[in-house]
Amino acid sequence: MDVNSNKYTYLFALVMVVVVALLLSGASISLKDRQDANVRQEKQQDILKSIGIMVERSEAPAEFDKFITEQVVVQNGQAVESETGAFEIDMAAAVSKPVAERQVPLYVASKNDTTFYIVPLRGKGLWGPIWGYVSLLSDGSTVYGTTFGHKGETPGLGAEITTDRFQEQFSGKQIMDGNNFVSVEVVKTGANNEHEVDGISGGTITSVGVGNMLKDCLTPYVDYFKNTNAQ
Amino acid sequence: MSTETQEVAKSREPLFSKKNRKLISDPLNENNPITVQVLGICSALAITVKLEPAIVMSISVFVVLAAGNVIISLMRNIIPNRIRIIVQLVVVASLVILVDQVLKAFVYDVSKQLSVFVGLIITNCIIMGRFEAFALGNTPWKSFLDAVGNAAGYGFILVTVAFFRELLGSGTLFGIEVLGNAADKTGLYAIGYENNGMMLLPPMALIVVALIIWVQRSRTKSLIEE
Repeated sequence: MDVNSNKYTYLFALVMVVVVALLLSGASISLKDRQDANVRQEKQQDILKSIGIMVERSEAPAEFDKFITEQVVVQNGQAVESETGAFEIDMAAAVSKPVAERQVPLYVASKNDTTFYIVPLRGKGLWGPIWGYVSLLSDGSTVYGTTFGHKGETPGLGAEITTDRFQEQFSGKQIMDGNNFVSVEVVKTGANNEHEVDGISGGTITSVGVGNMLKDCLTPYVDYFKNTNAQ
Repeated sequence: MSTETQEVAKSREPLFSKKNRKLISDPLNENNPITVQVLGICSALAITVKLEPAIVMSISVFVVLAAGNVIISLMRNIIPNRIRIIVQLVVVASLVILVDQVLKAFVYDVSKQLSVFVGLIITNCIIMGRFEAFALGNTPWKSFLDAVGNAAGYGFILVTVAFFRELLGSGTLFGIEVLGNAADKTGLYAIGYENNGMMLLPPMALIVVALIIWVQRSRTKSLIEE
Protein backbone atom coordinates (compact mmCIF):
# COMPACT_ATOMS: atom_id res chain seq x y z
CA MET A 1 0.00 0.00 0.00
CA ASP A 2 1.25 3.45 -0.87
CA VAL A 3 1.37 5.44 2.36
CA ASN A 4 1.74 8.68 0.44
CA SER A 5 -1.33 8.41 -1.78
CA ASN A 6 -4.11 10.96 -1.28
CA LYS A 7 -6.64 8.30 -0.39
CA TYR A 8 -4.47 6.81 2.30
CA THR A 9 -3.60 10.22 3.74
CA TYR A 10 -7.27 11.17 4.12
CA LEU A 11 -8.13 7.78 5.59
CA PHE A 12 -5.25 8.01 8.05
CA ALA A 13 -6.29 11.49 9.18
CA LEU A 14 -9.88 10.38 9.61
CA VAL A 15 -9.05 7.32 11.69
CA MET A 16 -6.58 9.29 13.80
CA VAL A 17 -9.12 12.00 14.61
CA VAL A 18 -11.80 9.49 15.63
CA VAL A 19 -9.41 7.51 17.83
CA VAL A 20 -8.09 10.63 19.55
CA ALA A 21 -11.59 12.03 20.06
CA LEU A 22 -12.79 8.81 21.70
CA LEU A 23 -9.71 8.59 23.89
CA LEU A 24 -9.91 12.17 25.15
CA SER A 25 -13.64 12.19 25.79
CA GLY A 26 -13.28 8.90 27.63
CA ALA A 27 -10.60 10.35 29.87
CA SER A 28 -12.56 13.53 30.46
CA ILE A 29 -15.72 11.67 31.48
CA SER A 30 -13.96 9.20 33.75
CA LEU A 31 -11.95 11.87 35.59
CA LYS A 32 -14.69 14.48 35.86
CA ASP A 33 -16.09 13.38 39.23
CA ARG A 34 -12.68 13.53 40.84
CA GLN A 35 -11.90 16.94 39.36
CA ASP A 36 -15.24 18.37 40.44
CA ALA A 37 -14.68 17.02 43.95
CA ASN A 38 -11.34 18.85 44.07
CA VAL A 39 -12.93 22.13 43.02
CA ARG A 40 -15.69 21.68 45.63
CA GLN A 41 -13.17 20.96 48.36
CA GLU A 42 -11.17 24.03 47.45
CA LYS A 43 -14.31 26.17 47.64
CA GLN A 44 -15.10 24.79 51.10
CA GLN A 45 -11.50 25.40 52.12
CA ASP A 46 -11.74 29.05 50.99
CA ILE A 47 -15.04 29.60 52.79
CA LEU A 48 -13.57 28.26 56.03
CA LYS A 49 -10.46 30.37 55.55
CA SER A 50 -12.55 33.55 55.66
CA ILE A 51 -13.47 32.78 59.28
CA GLY A 52 -9.88 31.95 60.13
CA ILE A 53 -10.07 28.16 59.93
CA MET A 54 -7.19 26.70 57.97
CA VAL A 55 -7.66 23.11 56.89
CA GLU A 56 -6.07 20.77 54.40
CA ARG A 57 -8.11 20.43 51.24
CA SER A 58 -8.85 16.76 51.89
CA GLU A 59 -10.30 17.59 55.32
CA ALA A 60 -12.38 20.51 54.06
CA PRO A 61 -15.70 18.66 53.55
CA ALA A 62 -15.82 17.32 57.11
CA GLU A 63 -14.76 20.63 58.67
CA PHE A 64 -17.19 22.49 56.43
CA ASP A 65 -20.09 20.42 57.71
CA LYS A 66 -18.95 21.03 61.25
CA PHE A 67 -18.72 24.83 61.11
CA ILE A 68 -21.26 25.86 58.47
CA THR A 69 -24.63 25.58 60.16
CA GLU A 70 -26.86 27.01 57.46
CA GLN A 71 -26.81 27.88 53.77
CA VAL A 72 -29.32 30.46 52.62
CA VAL A 73 -30.15 31.76 49.16
CA VAL A 74 -30.75 35.50 49.28
CA GLN A 75 -32.48 37.67 46.71
CA ASN A 76 -33.07 41.36 47.27
CA GLY A 77 -32.65 41.08 51.02
CA GLN A 78 -35.03 38.14 51.39
CA ALA A 79 -34.28 34.47 51.89
CA VAL A 80 -35.74 32.63 48.91
CA GLU A 81 -36.16 29.05 47.77
CA SER A 82 -33.74 28.06 45.05
CA GLU A 83 -33.77 24.90 42.99
CA THR A 84 -29.98 24.58 42.83
CA GLY A 85 -29.10 25.03 46.49
CA ALA A 86 -26.80 27.73 47.84
CA PHE A 87 -23.50 25.93 47.37
CA GLU A 88 -24.06 25.19 43.69
CA ILE A 89 -24.79 28.80 42.67
CA ASP A 90 -22.41 30.02 39.96
CA MET A 91 -21.19 33.41 41.20
CA ALA A 92 -19.83 34.46 37.81
CA ALA A 93 -23.31 34.12 36.32
CA ALA A 94 -24.99 35.68 39.36
CA VAL A 95 -23.00 38.93 39.42
CA SER A 96 -23.65 39.54 35.73
CA LYS A 97 -27.35 40.08 36.57
CA PRO A 98 -28.81 43.31 38.01
CA VAL A 99 -28.64 43.37 41.82
CA ALA A 100 -32.42 42.94 42.28
CA GLU A 101 -32.53 39.76 40.17
CA ARG A 102 -29.55 38.06 41.73
CA GLN A 103 -29.93 34.90 43.77
CA VAL A 104 -26.80 34.68 45.86
CA PRO A 105 -25.68 32.27 48.58
CA LEU A 106 -25.06 33.16 52.21
CA TYR A 107 -23.22 30.77 54.50
CA VAL A 108 -23.92 30.95 58.20
CA ALA A 109 -21.09 29.64 60.31
CA SER A 110 -20.69 29.01 63.99
CA LYS A 111 -17.26 29.05 65.60
CA ASN A 112 -16.78 29.07 69.39
CA ASP A 113 -20.51 29.85 69.78
CA THR A 114 -20.18 33.00 67.68
CA THR A 115 -22.24 33.34 64.53
CA PHE A 116 -20.64 34.54 61.30
CA TYR A 117 -22.14 35.40 57.95
CA ILE A 118 -19.97 34.46 54.98
CA VAL A 119 -20.60 36.23 51.70
CA PRO A 120 -19.06 35.06 48.42
CA LEU A 121 -17.49 37.72 46.20
CA ARG A 122 -16.81 37.90 42.50
CA GLY A 123 -15.49 40.85 40.52
CA LYS A 124 -13.00 42.14 38.02
CA GLY A 125 -9.30 42.75 38.52
CA LEU A 126 -6.90 44.15 35.95
CA TRP A 127 -6.33 41.04 33.83
CA GLY A 128 -9.20 38.79 34.72
CA PRO A 129 -11.70 37.76 37.37
CA ILE A 130 -11.01 38.10 41.08
CA TRP A 131 -13.07 36.42 43.76
CA GLY A 132 -13.14 35.74 47.46
CA TYR A 133 -15.17 35.42 50.63
CA VAL A 134 -15.82 37.94 53.36
CA SER A 135 -17.06 36.97 56.79
CA LEU A 136 -19.10 39.36 58.92
CA LEU A 137 -19.98 39.26 62.59
CA SER A 138 -23.63 38.66 63.43
CA ASP A 139 -24.29 42.43 63.54
CA GLY A 140 -24.11 42.28 59.75
CA SER A 141 -21.63 45.14 59.65
CA THR A 142 -18.27 44.29 61.22
CA VAL A 143 -15.87 42.46 58.93
CA TYR A 144 -14.26 39.48 60.61
CA GLY A 145 -12.04 38.12 57.86
CA THR A 146 -11.54 37.95 54.13
CA THR A 147 -9.90 35.72 51.59
CA PHE A 148 -9.25 36.72 48.00
CA GLY A 149 -8.24 34.84 44.89
CA HIS A 150 -7.42 35.84 41.36
CA LYS A 151 -6.75 34.30 38.01
CA GLY A 152 -3.95 36.30 36.45
CA GLU A 153 -3.11 39.48 38.38
CA THR A 154 0.50 40.64 38.19
CA PRO A 155 2.76 38.87 40.71
CA GLY A 156 4.17 41.37 43.20
CA LEU A 157 1.54 43.99 42.33
CA GLY A 158 -2.14 43.10 41.89
CA ALA A 159 -1.53 39.53 43.02
CA GLU A 160 -0.68 40.91 46.48
CA ILE A 161 -4.42 40.87 47.26
CA THR A 162 -3.97 37.22 48.23
CA THR A 163 -1.39 38.04 50.92
CA ASP A 164 -2.27 38.03 54.60
CA ARG A 165 -0.86 41.54 54.91
CA PHE A 166 -3.54 42.91 52.58
CA GLN A 167 -6.37 40.70 53.80
CA GLU A 168 -5.80 41.35 57.51
CA GLN A 169 -6.52 45.05 57.02
CA PHE A 170 -10.20 44.29 56.50
CA SER A 171 -10.66 42.73 59.89
CA GLY A 172 -12.70 45.03 62.16
CA LYS A 173 -13.83 47.40 59.39
CA GLN A 174 -17.52 48.36 59.15
CA ILE A 175 -19.62 47.96 56.04
CA MET A 176 -22.52 49.92 57.58
CA ASP A 177 -22.52 53.52 58.70
CA GLY A 178 -25.48 53.58 61.08
CA ASN A 179 -28.29 52.43 58.85
CA ASN A 180 -26.60 53.19 55.54
CA PHE A 181 -24.57 50.72 53.52
CA VAL A 182 -21.16 52.18 52.59
CA SER A 183 -19.07 49.02 52.14
CA VAL A 184 -15.30 49.02 52.69
CA GLU A 185 -13.31 50.94 50.15
CA VAL A 186 -9.73 50.27 49.05
CA VAL A 187 -8.06 53.67 48.86
CA LYS A 188 -4.80 55.04 47.53
CA THR A 189 -4.38 57.92 49.92
CA GLY A 190 -4.08 55.95 53.14
CA ALA A 191 -6.92 54.49 55.15
CA ASN A 192 -8.14 56.84 57.87
CA ASN A 193 -11.52 55.53 58.93
CA GLU A 194 -13.36 52.29 59.55
CA HIS A 195 -14.66 52.10 55.97
CA GLU A 196 -11.28 52.24 54.25
CA VAL A 197 -8.25 50.02 53.79
CA ASP A 198 -4.93 50.77 52.09
CA GLY A 199 -4.58 49.79 48.45
CA ILE A 200 -1.51 48.21 46.90
CA SER A 201 1.12 50.43 45.32
CA GLY A 202 1.36 49.53 41.65
CA GLY A 203 -1.79 47.46 41.92
CA THR A 204 -4.33 50.27 41.84
CA ILE A 205 -6.72 48.73 39.34
CA THR A 206 -6.80 45.41 41.18
CA SER A 207 -7.22 47.24 44.51
CA VAL A 208 -10.11 49.31 43.18
CA GLY A 209 -11.50 46.06 41.73
CA VAL A 210 -11.54 44.55 45.23
CA GLY A 211 -13.39 47.60 46.58
CA ASN A 212 -15.96 47.51 43.78
CA MET A 213 -16.39 43.77 44.19
CA LEU A 214 -17.12 44.16 47.92
CA LYS A 215 -19.67 46.89 47.33
CA ASP A 216 -21.34 45.09 44.44
CA CYS A 217 -21.52 41.70 46.12
CA LEU A 218 -22.54 42.88 49.61
CA THR A 219 -25.46 45.03 48.38
CA PRO A 220 -28.01 42.18 47.99
CA TYR A 221 -27.46 41.12 51.62
CA VAL A 222 -27.84 44.46 53.38
CA ASP A 223 -31.59 44.27 53.86
CA TYR A 224 -31.33 40.64 54.85
CA PHE A 225 -28.95 41.49 57.70
CA LYS A 226 -31.19 44.38 58.78
CA ASN A 227 -34.30 42.17 58.84
CA THR A 228 -32.56 39.35 60.67
CA ASN A 229 -31.11 41.63 63.32
CA ALA A 230 -34.39 43.53 63.80
CA GLN A 231 -36.17 40.32 64.79
CA MET B 1 18.99 -11.45 1.48
CA SER B 2 21.74 -9.33 2.91
CA THR B 3 19.24 -6.85 4.40
CA GLU B 4 17.43 -9.70 6.11
CA THR B 5 20.54 -10.91 7.88
CA GLN B 6 21.24 -7.37 8.95
CA GLU B 7 17.82 -7.04 10.49
CA VAL B 8 18.22 -10.30 12.36
CA ALA B 9 21.52 -9.09 13.65
CA LYS B 10 19.93 -5.83 14.71
CA SER B 11 17.14 -7.48 16.68
CA ARG B 12 19.74 -9.48 18.61
CA GLU B 13 21.37 -6.29 19.80
CA PRO B 14 21.30 -6.33 23.62
CA LEU B 15 18.72 -4.00 25.20
CA PHE B 16 21.40 -1.88 26.79
CA SER B 17 24.15 -2.05 24.19
CA LYS B 18 26.80 0.61 24.21
CA LYS B 19 24.98 2.51 21.48
CA ASN B 20 21.70 2.38 23.40
CA ARG B 21 23.32 3.51 26.63
CA LYS B 22 24.70 6.47 24.74
CA LEU B 23 21.14 7.43 23.80
CA ILE B 24 20.49 8.01 27.48
CA SER B 25 23.81 9.51 28.54
CA ASP B 26 24.34 11.91 25.62
CA PRO B 27 21.43 14.24 26.38
CA LEU B 28 22.54 14.41 30.01
CA ASN B 29 25.68 16.28 29.11
CA GLU B 30 27.15 16.70 25.64
CA ASN B 31 23.80 17.00 23.92
CA ASN B 32 21.67 18.43 26.72
CA PRO B 33 18.40 19.80 25.32
CA ILE B 34 18.49 22.93 27.47
CA THR B 35 22.12 23.88 27.88
CA VAL B 36 23.49 22.73 24.52
CA GLN B 37 20.54 22.75 22.14
CA VAL B 38 18.89 25.62 24.06
CA LEU B 39 15.38 24.19 23.70
CA GLY B 40 12.53 24.31 26.21
CA ILE B 41 13.85 27.52 27.76
CA CYS B 42 10.41 29.09 28.36
CA SER B 43 9.38 26.41 30.82
CA ALA B 44 12.80 26.51 32.44
CA LEU B 45 12.17 30.18 33.24
CA ALA B 46 8.56 29.88 34.23
CA ILE B 47 8.22 27.02 36.68
CA THR B 48 11.59 26.87 38.44
CA VAL B 49 10.75 29.21 41.32
CA LYS B 50 10.00 26.19 43.50
CA LEU B 51 11.30 22.62 43.40
CA GLU B 52 7.96 20.88 43.53
CA PRO B 53 6.46 22.26 40.31
CA ALA B 54 9.81 21.79 38.57
CA ILE B 55 9.77 18.11 39.45
CA VAL B 56 6.15 17.65 38.45
CA MET B 57 6.89 19.45 35.18
CA SER B 58 9.88 17.18 34.52
CA ILE B 59 7.78 14.10 35.16
CA SER B 60 5.00 15.42 32.91
CA VAL B 61 7.46 16.12 30.10
CA PHE B 62 8.98 12.68 30.58
CA VAL B 63 5.57 10.99 30.32
CA VAL B 64 4.59 12.97 27.24
CA LEU B 65 7.97 12.53 25.54
CA ALA B 66 8.31 8.81 26.29
CA ALA B 67 4.76 7.91 25.31
CA GLY B 68 4.89 10.17 22.25
CA ASN B 69 8.24 8.88 21.04
CA VAL B 70 7.07 5.28 21.33
CA ILE B 71 3.73 5.98 19.62
CA ILE B 72 5.38 7.89 16.76
CA SER B 73 8.02 5.21 16.42
CA LEU B 74 5.39 2.45 16.26
CA MET B 75 3.54 4.36 13.56
CA ARG B 76 6.63 5.51 11.68
CA ASN B 77 6.00 3.24 8.70
CA ILE B 78 2.32 4.06 8.31
CA ILE B 79 2.38 7.85 8.79
CA PRO B 80 1.83 9.61 5.44
CA ASN B 81 4.84 11.81 4.87
CA ARG B 82 2.83 14.91 3.94
CA ILE B 83 0.91 15.12 7.19
CA ARG B 84 3.60 13.83 9.53
CA ILE B 85 4.01 17.12 11.41
CA ILE B 86 0.25 17.28 11.97
CA VAL B 87 0.26 13.69 13.23
CA GLN B 88 3.07 14.53 15.63
CA LEU B 89 1.18 17.57 16.83
CA VAL B 90 -2.00 15.55 17.40
CA VAL B 91 -0.07 12.93 19.37
CA VAL B 92 1.66 15.48 21.62
CA ALA B 93 -1.51 17.55 22.08
CA SER B 94 -3.62 14.55 23.10
CA LEU B 95 -0.98 13.32 25.51
CA VAL B 96 -0.68 16.75 27.08
CA ILE B 97 -4.45 17.01 27.53
CA LEU B 98 -4.42 13.57 29.17
CA VAL B 99 -1.61 14.60 31.53
CA ASP B 100 -3.42 17.83 32.38
CA GLN B 101 -6.65 15.97 33.17
CA VAL B 102 -4.84 13.46 35.35
CA LEU B 103 -3.00 16.21 37.24
CA LYS B 104 -6.28 18.07 37.83
CA ALA B 105 -7.85 14.90 39.19
CA PHE B 106 -5.01 13.61 41.37
CA VAL B 107 -2.66 16.47 42.28
CA TYR B 108 -5.01 19.44 42.04
CA ASP B 109 -2.83 21.89 43.99
CA VAL B 110 0.21 21.26 41.83
CA SER B 111 -1.83 21.51 38.66
CA LYS B 112 -3.04 24.91 39.83
CA GLN B 113 0.55 26.08 40.28
CA LEU B 114 1.59 24.80 36.88
CA SER B 115 -1.58 26.30 35.37
CA VAL B 116 -0.95 27.11 31.73
CA PHE B 117 2.50 25.59 31.58
CA VAL B 118 1.17 22.05 31.35
CA GLY B 119 -0.69 23.08 28.22
CA LEU B 120 2.48 24.71 26.98
CA ILE B 121 4.29 21.36 27.00
CA ILE B 122 2.77 21.13 23.52
CA THR B 123 4.97 23.98 22.39
CA ASN B 124 8.07 22.58 24.08
CA CYS B 125 10.49 22.28 21.16
CA ILE B 126 12.23 19.31 22.76
CA ILE B 127 9.21 17.08 22.19
CA MET B 128 8.46 17.86 18.54
CA GLY B 129 12.18 17.89 17.91
CA ARG B 130 12.67 14.37 19.23
CA PHE B 131 9.61 13.07 17.32
CA GLU B 132 10.85 14.50 14.05
CA ALA B 133 14.55 13.87 14.48
CA PHE B 134 14.55 10.51 16.23
CA ALA B 135 11.29 8.60 16.61
CA LEU B 136 10.37 8.80 12.92
CA GLY B 137 13.49 6.86 11.99
CA ASN B 138 14.13 4.51 14.91
CA THR B 139 12.63 1.51 16.66
CA PRO B 140 10.28 1.95 19.65
CA TRP B 141 12.83 0.76 22.22
CA LYS B 142 15.51 3.14 20.98
CA SER B 143 12.98 5.94 20.83
CA PHE B 144 11.99 5.21 24.42
CA LEU B 145 15.62 5.36 25.54
CA ASP B 146 16.07 8.59 23.63
CA ALA B 147 13.02 10.01 25.42
CA VAL B 148 14.36 8.90 28.82
CA GLY B 149 17.69 10.56 28.09
CA ASN B 150 16.25 13.82 26.86
CA ALA B 151 13.62 14.08 29.57
CA ALA B 152 16.29 13.37 32.18
CA GLY B 153 18.60 15.99 30.67
CA TYR B 154 15.74 18.48 30.70
CA GLY B 155 14.60 17.53 34.19
CA PHE B 156 18.10 17.63 35.62
CA ILE B 157 18.61 21.24 34.53
CA LEU B 158 15.10 22.21 35.66
CA VAL B 159 15.59 20.75 39.13
CA THR B 160 19.07 22.27 39.48
CA VAL B 161 17.79 25.72 38.57
CA ALA B 162 14.77 25.32 40.86
CA PHE B 163 17.03 24.18 43.71
CA PHE B 164 19.10 27.38 43.61
CA ARG B 165 16.14 29.66 42.98
CA GLU B 166 14.08 28.24 45.85
CA LEU B 167 17.02 28.08 48.25
CA LEU B 168 18.32 31.60 47.58
CA GLY B 169 14.97 33.22 46.75
CA SER B 170 12.69 31.85 49.45
CA GLY B 171 15.15 30.14 51.81
CA THR B 172 13.20 26.89 51.50
CA LEU B 173 13.48 23.52 49.79
CA PHE B 174 10.22 21.75 48.93
CA GLY B 175 8.59 24.42 51.09
CA ILE B 176 10.63 23.42 54.18
CA GLU B 177 12.49 26.29 55.80
CA VAL B 178 16.10 25.09 55.68
CA LEU B 179 17.73 28.43 56.47
CA GLY B 180 15.47 29.35 59.37
CA ASN B 181 12.37 31.51 59.48
CA ALA B 182 12.67 34.90 57.77
CA ALA B 183 9.79 36.47 59.67
CA ASP B 184 10.89 35.34 63.14
CA LYS B 185 14.58 35.96 62.38
CA THR B 186 15.78 32.50 63.32
CA GLY B 187 18.60 30.42 61.85
CA LEU B 188 20.71 32.26 59.27
CA TYR B 189 18.35 35.21 59.34
CA ALA B 190 19.38 35.90 62.92
CA ILE B 191 22.83 36.97 61.72
CA GLY B 192 21.49 39.30 59.06
CA TYR B 193 21.00 36.98 56.08
CA GLU B 194 18.32 38.10 53.63
CA ASN B 195 16.49 36.23 50.88
CA ASN B 196 17.34 37.44 47.40
CA GLY B 197 13.94 38.43 46.00
CA MET B 198 15.40 38.72 42.54
CA MET B 199 15.87 34.94 42.41
CA LEU B 200 12.08 34.66 42.25
CA LEU B 201 11.88 36.69 39.04
CA PRO B 202 12.16 34.99 35.62
CA PRO B 203 15.40 36.77 34.51
CA MET B 204 17.36 35.07 37.29
CA ALA B 205 16.41 31.68 35.84
CA LEU B 206 18.12 32.72 32.64
CA ILE B 207 21.20 33.75 34.58
CA VAL B 208 21.27 30.48 36.54
CA VAL B 209 20.92 28.52 33.28
CA ALA B 210 23.76 30.59 31.83
CA LEU B 211 25.95 29.79 34.85
CA ILE B 212 25.22 26.09 34.40
CA ILE B 213 26.17 26.37 30.71
CA TRP B 214 29.41 28.09 31.76
CA VAL B 215 30.32 25.36 34.23
CA GLN B 216 29.38 22.66 31.72
CA ARG B 217 31.44 24.15 28.90
CA SER B 218 34.50 24.66 31.00
CA ARG B 219 34.37 21.01 32.09
CA THR B 220 33.46 19.42 28.74
CA LYS B 221 36.22 20.13 26.21
CA SER B 222 34.23 18.93 23.19
CA LEU B 223 31.70 21.74 23.67
CA ILE B 224 34.27 24.52 23.50
CA GLU B 225 34.23 26.26 20.14
CA GLU B 226 37.46 27.34 18.47
